[in-house]
Amino acid sequence: MSSPTSAGTSTAETSIASATLKGAMHDYWSRIKAGDIGSLPAVLGLVALCIVFGSMSSVFLTPGNFANLLTQAAAVIVIAMGLVFVLLLGEIDLSAGYTAGVTGAVLVILITNHDVPWYAALLAAIFVGVFLGFGLGTLVARLGIPSFVVTLAAFLAFQGILLLLAGEGGTIRVEDKTILAVENSNLTPTLSWIFFISVSIIYILTGLNRMNRRRKAGLKSELINLWILKTAGLLIITGIAVFALNVERSNNPDLVSLKGIPYVVPVILLILVIGTFVLSRTAFGRHIYAVGGNAEAARRAGINVKRVRIAAFMICSGLSAIAGMIFASRQNSVSPTTGGSSTLLYAVGAAVIGGTSLFGGKGKMRDAILGGLVVAVIDNGMGLLGYAAGIKFIVTGLVLLISAGVDAISRRGASV
Amino acid sequence: MSTPILSLRGVNKSFGPVHVLRDVDFDIAAGKVTALVGDNGAGKSTLIKCIAGIYTPDHGDFLFEGNKVDITGPRDATALGIEIVYQDLALCDNLDIVHNMFLGREKKRGPVLDETAMESLARKTLDGLSVRTVKSIRQTVASLSGGQRQTVAIARAVLWNSKIVILDEPTAALGVAQTEQVLNLVRRLADNGLAVVLISHNLNDVFEVADNIAALYLGQMAAQIDKNEVIPRQVIELITTGKSAGVESAGVKK
Repeated sequence: MSSPTSAGTSTAETSIASATLKGAMHDYWSRIKAGDIGSLPAVLGLVALCIVFGSMSSVFLTPGNFANLLTQAAAVIVIAMGLVFVLLLGEIDLSAGYTAGVTGAVLVILITNHDVPWYAALLAAIFVGVFLGFGLGTLVARLGIPSFVVTLAAFLAFQGILLLLAGEGGTIRVEDKTILAVENSNLTPTLSWIFFISVSIIYILTGLNRMNRRRKAGLKSELINLWILKTAGLLIITGIAVFALNVERSNNPDLVSLKGIPYVVPVILLILVIGTFVLSRTAFGRHIYAVGGNAEAARRAGINVKRVRIAAFMICSGLSAIAGMIFASRQNSVSPTTGGSSTLLYAVGAAVIGGTSLFGGKGKMRDAILGGLVVAVIDNGMGLLGYAAGIKFIVTGLVLLISAGVDAISRRGASV
Repeated sequence: MSTPILSLRGVNKSFGPVHVLRDVDFDIAAGKVTALVGDNGAGKSTLIKCIAGIYTPDHGDFLFEGNKVDITGPRDATALGIEIVYQDLALCDNLDIVHNMFLGREKKRGPVLDETAMESLARKTLDGLSVRTVKSIRQTVASLSGGQRQTVAIARAVLWNSKIVILDEPTAALGVAQTEQVLNLVRRLADNGLAVVLISHNLNDVFEVADNIAALYLGQMAAQIDKNEVIPRQVIELITTGKSAGVESAGVKK
């Protein structure tokens, strides 16, 4: 686009290079060189993994496995989305996995043992999660105990609470149809398309509206060509995904029909939209980035750093509660190991692999989804190829290590 | 000297047994650069922190535009239009220039950040200061040079129709060309009608841009004088001994 006719003269224009598509590519490349790599490694990794597993396993690229992958990844993705808030501050929540376990147990106990309707039980579970997060955040922000220690202690303590709630070796079953539907049922194909089309329209309108407002104010806005290219690419990929999910994937369609988008996908999308809105469009989100970037600067700018810290932990644990519901739905029950084992490590891995920095100040909600898919693809693909669980853990660990390494190196590149 | 916009009279501040400021008088005038000089430990930082509301003086008066005011917290200072640019800048590296300039005071439309309004105003402010070195105001602060960061920090301070801008050693970490840039900017701030307080160790800088020099010596104001009435050697004497031949001392007691 040509330069706007506003008052801005000297500082106004970005490099003239970005006025063309080629220029935009050039700008992007220099950002990457400067260490601002974002989700690029996760996207490339995801494509590479899909090609490798797709060529090695005949099952991997089938619609059935794709739906499976989404439901497998869902809980970890939701925990990772919560962790993004905490990681942005440069903190960590090691207890998020068992927070999901405890809140899942609360949910299931309320529904199964006390006949509470699912929505009230879910609200109660989220409330418990937020309350636990408030406790963690208060200990970190007000007492100044490192979050690593606080949440490590909570990791053990929450595991204990879960054990007590579930009873030794016991599992609590959940029969509620709505809760079970989240991971086990799908939107009908028609609804799936309606869902896809309405989300697409909202996405396009928001983008156009933003560009229009910037143009009116005489500000440089994103290249319209580039935006069309990116939007079209995104819609084509997601459109193909919806198409694949709408294919019948049951072995015996006459008995049970399996097609459409799993219910958990809109749930995750809703969290993505709200979370992205909070992080990038509200003052609170901006303050989270500021505290993660330079807490002292944030404090001097009049930001209540402690309150921001506590709120981030509350959001993280609140989202863990939703993950707890997803676990309960997937396992049809809650057991003493729900949210345990590798859950938390996969979730931290998902956020970091997606491009969220462990050093704070850098990351997005979508990182959790991209990274969560990478983790799930490794888990799922290697499982299909018949590798032992041990090998899967080693590979996932290596991928996490590489991501953290890329994060550390790109950070060094940026600080030159 | 024209009527001061802010006058401090008899300001005292102690930290436990250490008497850091003793009966300090200090005047800041609009449209002027007032240099505050003094050796390490002379009380420069304490004095500006009192003005910024970070410390509350034990006793002493603040006269703002002739009226007595109380500054008991940073918010009081901000409300009067007093802004400080700290030596270590207090910018967030991971945020862009616009975000940093509005940090903690974001413009909103309902619950949503008004990015277009903030970007327009940020650009107008930088243009008003004739800043030509910043390529894009949407680049992160991490990618800026030391001089550019200082520029952003100063621009943030003047964004709020502030009346007094206090700069704590703005050129301490800069090279020759960047120092020149920042000093030019300091001069422009005063020419635009702001009262500027420049804390500096570098007498070359002080004599280049300041209109007025205030020298602190062991917590007392050795002298506050017009730049044209002194030569650098006299200022050095004021800084190191608290008095100088030919300079009317504000009365340093031994």
